[in-house]
Amino acid sequence: MTQEIVKSDLVTLTIDGIQVSVPADTLVIRAAEQVGVQIPRFCDHPLLEPVGACRQCLVDIPDAGNGRGFPKPQASCTLPVAEGMVVHTQATSPVAEKAQQGIMEFLLVNHPLDCPVCDKGGECPLQNQAMSNGRGESRFAESGGVKRVYPKPINISAQVLLDRERCVLCARCTRFSEQIAGDPFIELLERGALQQVGIYERQPFDSYFSGNTIQICPVGALTSAAYRFRSRPFDLVSTPSIADLDACGSAIRIDHRRGKVMRRLAGNDPEVNEEWITDKDRFAFLAPRQDDRLTHPQVRDEDTGELRVASWPEAFAVAARGLKDAKKKVGLLPGGRLTAEDAYAWSKFARVVCRTNNIDFRVRPHSAEEAAFLASTVVLGAPGVGAVTYADLESARTVVLAGLEPEDEAGAIFLRLRKANQAHGTRIFSVSAVGTRGLAKTGGQLLPTVPGTEASAISALASDGEVALDAGGLILVGERLAGVPGALSAAAALAATTGARLAWVPRRAGDRGALETGCLPNLLPGGRPVADPGARVDLAAAWGVAGIPDNEGLDTDGILAELRTGGLDALVVGGVDPADVLALGGQSDKLLRKALKKAFVVALEVRSSAFTELADVVFPIAPSTDKAGTYVNWEGRVRSFGKVLDNPASLPDVRVLAGIAEERGRSIGVRTPEQAWAEMVQVGPWEGPRAATPTVVSTGSTDGGANGALVLSSWKQLLDDGRMQDGDDHLRATARRPVVLVNQATFDTLGVPEGDDVTLAGPLGSVRLPVAIGEVADGVVWAPASAPGVSIRHLVGPAGAVVTVEGGAQ
Amino acid sequence: MTDVLTPVLTADWGTPESWKLNVYEAAGGYGALKKALGMAPDDIITAVKDSGLRGRGGAGFPTGMKWSFIPQDASTEAGGKPKYLVVNADESEPGTCKDIPLMMATPHTLVEGVIISSYAIRANTAFIYIRGEVLHVIRRVQAAVSEAYLAGHLGKNIHGSGYDLDVVVHAGAGAYICGEETALLEGLEGRRGQPRLRPPFPAVAGLYASPTVINNVESIASVPSIIGNGAAWFSSMGTEKSKGFGIFSLSGHVNVPGQYEAPLGITLRQLIDLAGGIRTGAGGQQMGLKFWTPGGSSTPILTQAHLDVPLDFEGVGEAGSMLGTRALQIFDETTCVVRAVLRWTEFYKHESCGKCTPCREGTWWLTQTLTRLENGEGSAEDLDLLLDQCDNILGRSFCALGDGATSPITSSIQYFRDEYLAHLEHGGCPFDPMASTAFATVGANQ
Repeated sequence: MTQEIVKSDLVTLTIDGIQVSVPADTLVIRAAEQVGVQIPRFCDHPLLEPVGACRQCLVDIPDAGNGRGFPKPQASCTLPVAEGMVVHTQATSPVAEKAQQGIMEFLLVNHPLDCPVCDKGGECPLQNQAMSNGRGESRFAESGGVKRVYPKPINISAQVLLDRERCVLCARCTRFSEQIAGDPFIELLERGALQQVGIYERQPFDSYFSGNTIQICPVGALTSAAYRFRSRPFDLVSTPSIADLDACGSAIRIDHRRGKVMRRLAGNDPEVNEEWITDKDRFAFLAPRQDDRLTHPQVRDEDTGELRVASWPEAFAVAARGLKDAKKKVGLLPGGRLTAEDAYAWSKFARVVCRTNNIDFRVRPHSAEEAAFLASTVVLGAPGVGAVTYADLESARTVVLAGLEPEDEAGAIFLRLRKANQAHGTRIFSVSAVGTRGLAKTGGQLLPTVPGTEASAISALASDGEVALDAGGLILVGERLAGVPGALSAAAALAATTGARLAWVPRRAGDRGALETGCLPNLLPGGRPVADPGARVDLAAAWGVAGIPDNEGLDTDGILAELRTGGLDALVVGGVDPADVLALGGQSDKLLRKALKKAFVVALEVRSSAFTELADVVFPIAPSTDKAGTYVNWEGRVRSFGKVLDNPASLPDVRVLAGIAEERGRSIGVRTPEQAWAEMVQVGPWEGPRAATPTVVSTGSTDGGANGALVLSSWKQLLDDGRMQDGDDHLRATARRPVVLVNQATFDTLGVPEGDDVTLAGPLGSVRLPVAIGEVADGVVWAPASAPGVSIRHLVGPAGAVVTVEGGAQ
Repeated sequence: MTDVLTPVLTADWGTPESWKLNVYEAAGGYGALKKALGMAPDDIITAVKDSGLRGRGGAGFPTGMKWSFIPQDASTEAGGKPKYLVVNADESEPGTCKDIPLMMATPHTLVEGVIISSYAIRANTAFIYIRGEVLHVIRRVQAAVSEAYLAGHLGKNIHGSGYDLDVVVHAGAGAYICGEETALLEGLEGRRGQPRLRPPFPAVAGLYASPTVINNVESIASVPSIIGNGAAWFSSMGTEKSKGFGIFSLSGHVNVPGQYEAPLGITLRQLIDLAGGIRTGAGGQQMGLKFWTPGGSSTPILTQAHLDVPLDFEGVGEAGSMLGTRALQIFDETTCVVRAVLRWTEFYKHESCGKCTPCREGTWWLTQTLTRLENGEGSAEDLDLLLDQCDNILGRSFCALGDGATSPITSSIQYFRDEYLAHLEHGGCPFDPMASTAFATVGANQ
């Protein structure tokens, strides 16, 4: 029976004399690939709607399946297969071959043939297919033809440049922007041979996904400011890798030449990011090449009090001695940049060497409730064992977002949600204060929620007839929800009552791996709860140690508090933006700075930072290009990647921690990422009882509303002041311009025109920014948390703070 | 001689203020509408089918059959959507000049046809997409539509029938491509005029993704007479497979150019006689016919040998061309065929929408090759190059407009290869370009 169903879905046709069966609705151009015939094409792209514009893929159809043939060659990129169809491609049909050669000749009529100076030369579909399916000689040039010319190039954004005369007008870029990204900021203008890609007057192509158009351009018409004239493809060495700037786990390709990364491209992983990545994934790779890159271990000189270059053994010894002196009064903040292998080393280092559970990867608003939520609901989830996947996003009936703005915080999720909504109307709801353009692009609906009241808003969804969440639904919660007491408990409860499945989406590439490897005060590697004696014994046995510290450790807030009061004597820190640490809890950073100066601080960093300046020992850490490793993405999917560059100046965290541990006389047993992975597999996941789901009851109140005060809604946008985006000014120039976003009612009280500067004041201070009107919940004002130069989280306050907005001159 | 004419659409063009509603109604106008509203919509479709009316926009697709493709079963997805009638009044083909004078002279014929046709296909909104350059015509049709609203021919519950219809007069932005029906729909929806991928066909998913009939002005304007006089009356005219009458627009080197309404199947010889013969030359001598287009510049040219070809869809097809829009451009012996073809090709280059490669790049190249030939700079091989370029455009382009661009070139080389070669021998054009102009007719050499 099953076999019959499968059979009836297949269509059998003959291509170049070879019978092939393909699913119904397959296009002839892709069916031909099944028999090994590549039909040349330009406008065709498997992830874009067929358009049939370039006419390069013409084939002869002597029988359309109904006994009659097409009198004219047909575009195989728009023609679906039919039972009994007969197709003759260029391989067997002189008509098809001539038609294709004719089109290719036409395409070259107005193409400059400047391949020797074109970035695409060597990897150019036009160049390649002109060789394979074109005429050897140009009759146009022979007959004295005059080509169309344009001034070149023009900027269509700060990052993307357009050489119009190279363009073959396939419309891949405009279709991508409209269909996939939902940012139709480029469009074809004019007509005939003067047709050209253009932008709206005074509206640059500021899309978070603009770089994808460069990659799918089949000629060298679109180039990036970052890569233009930098390299030739045949000089590059390509290594598949995984994007390290968010938790999406997007497949990328890293191209390097003579020890330098020249560019990053999207990889093709249908299960994850398909063929698309964000501009941050693509262009933000210069950070490790900045002047402040650490290249030698350093120790603080006992005589001068200054950091000085040290040998690796000396640095290991100094670090080990300092940690020994601190005994168990050590905290560890490994940050969110770690590979799973490095995170495992940190986790084991804390337990085996420092003998503490004072470890926490979260350097952002967090709570014990979140730690419990992660331990009970998130850890050990993975595709295949019931966790939500990208494919689930695509097939879900309903998706509820809470504390998550996918376009800013998880680009691949955003594109999948948009695809789902476009393809079959997936209903998307956002528990948020702001109806963003990103939400509109996914066809989503705002459930207006004042920051701080998310818990009750989430609880209310259980009986919301319009949202109608059920087992066909998904709930995606962002890490920001940890800042709202009760919200994660409410989300877990909502999933339990409605049957909807729940997923947690962190921001940083290393977050999920750090969770899985136990970089939390309440969790050990493999999801073992610290509080469970059985889990501790199990792990101690696997590690061959006498025991695991049995008290739950301090979380980040606790570690910093104890440092301030002298309860901790040492800190091991890495991958943490000091500005974020110093801003946590809104405490005066002077006190903490003083405490850090007094404490023994070991910093594991790629580049120097405020932490390395305060540290007693500094270790240069390899960036993700300089080591092999694994990220675990939000789905729980394992995303392993290889080493791109050999650079002996820095080492992976695991090697550094192993060195310290060995000096301390307490080995962590692994020295390399490969060894760490092997041990992680051996230790395996915890199969015992999970920790209980948190049931924190929301206080549900907010301080806003009184005396014209507003509650601040705020998050980090995709392109911001993050240090890993340093080095590409063109990329940063495409960041969204910071505004203070208010709704019409609030705006009306300000008495200034839209676009004028207003003063946003909060607990930390005030900034002046232009005001804009948007869909914002009553009593709320939104501003970007981390815009370059105007970091609201440091200058005004955290999300949920009570703020004021005032118009008029300051 | 004039008894071969069958003035129906053009009958009242000479009446003073023929565009006014009262003048139109005095001549029996809107009588067919009253009759139609008493009929079942399907019966109107049947009548139009029985009449044998074929699309007057050039392709000649049976109008009634086109209407019957509109899904009417409200339980299906397409049938449940609103239906639209769109009148293609974007008359832009070089030589074609019938819809614009019709809308100028008797716009109510069109409006009445729109109402009956919309009623037949159960559309409650109809659009008349008029070429943007003809502002005076747009105003006249707008005025006629306003008059029709005031008289109760349009709007809610038309004459108590319970049938509602709104008509929107839409001005195009000036692009030949928008005469292509799917490009017209794009333009009507506010997008750039470029043809759409088919399927889906407009009958299923046309304007706003809803079932849509797109008809030429003359087709729709013929409907009131078919309903008023009966299908048999209409099909009694014309030839076996090309029924009825049509407007034949004669332009160029005839003494009395203009619109001649006659049954399909009339010959050019008869039409030239009606138009007072080929013009007299500058020296007073009677000029002879050299070549002509049967249906606008996109139809392959014909010559003197084809004077007796019956001008119906089949007859012209057998002669190797197409009836098209019956736009008969007459060229006498003073005309350089290479020059004429180059001007047409420049038109196609200017009007290519740019969507597909062969039309966009092909016309760019064709004009350059033709220019060299006209200047006597090419070689005999360039003729083969031209034919090969045309072979690579014809049937390879996205829409039929690319095909049309090759017609004048291939047909002119077929009939006048020697004249092309003469340019090469002569080192340029052997003709006096002044001699072919209209000014050369009367007293040019005086």
